[in-house]
Amino acid sequence: MSTSTSRRRAERKDRASVFAALGDETRLSLIAKLSNGSPQSISRLAEGSTLTRQAITKHLRVLEGARVVHSVRVGRESLFEFRPEPLRDLQSYLERVSNQWEHALARLKSFVEN
Amino acid sequence: MSNSIEKRIELKAPVSRVWRALTDHREFGEWFRVKLDGPFVPGQVSRGRITYPGYEHVKWEATVQKMEPERLFSFTWHPYAIDPAIDYSSEPTTLVEFRLEPRDGGTVLLLTETGFDAIPQDRRFEAFRMNEGGWTEQMKNIQRHVDQHV
Repeated sequence: MSTSTSRRRAERKDRASVFAALGDETRLSLIAKLSNGSPQSISRLAEGSTLTRQAITKHLRVLEGARVVHSVRVGRESLFEFRPEPLRDLQSYLERVSNQWEHALARLKSFVEN
Repeated sequence: MSNSIEKRIELKAPVSRVWRALTDHREFGEWFRVKLDGPFVPGQVSRGRITYPGYEHVKWEATVQKMEPERLFSFTWHPYAIDPAIDYSSEPTTLVEFRLEPRDGGTVLLLTETGFDAIPQDRRFEAFRMNEGGWTEQMKNIQRHVDQHV
């Protein structure tokens, strides 16, 4: 198996985990909070939420696993920061699939209209 | 950003003509550029080989889901599965749906592809329901940030 094949396979797996990470209301709202600005602590993210710190930590770990957020240690605290790259990758992947359909449908159009 | 693909196209051909182009495996093969082994049958796997120049090494495999004459044709498959060295069979599939509607003697074709998130259909409904349009709204906000930080 070539290196590029294993890389592409890893990319596909990553994409599935990013999509899955986004398919949860709590995680999505965490990303939304983090995407607005600077790195935030768990206590800060827990503000105004009915979830426990433990529950929020669990969701952050899932996001970290999908590399949508990463944590940085500042003193005794862990801060979480949004990483836009995986979402950008997801977007360009969907655009590629979308373009394929665009072309296929154009061929279908000329096929049935001629 | 979205977790699905949606395309709408108007075709100057009656629904019956479009239906045949979609569901007759030879006609489908003409425009999709695939040589299929046999007819589409709901519940059965359709196999063949891509004929698109440069992609002749790619196998076509899809499972036909629904064939509601002149209304709905759908199948599941692995999108963008173009690397022959990869076994895609363990990966989640997406659902492709073609919906037809007659319009002024022609046809409106709506194509959707869903399931990129690998969440089973019944669970996805829960996951993405949220508030009315919640997922889309949230994604828009996040998207803005993604676009700004290139």
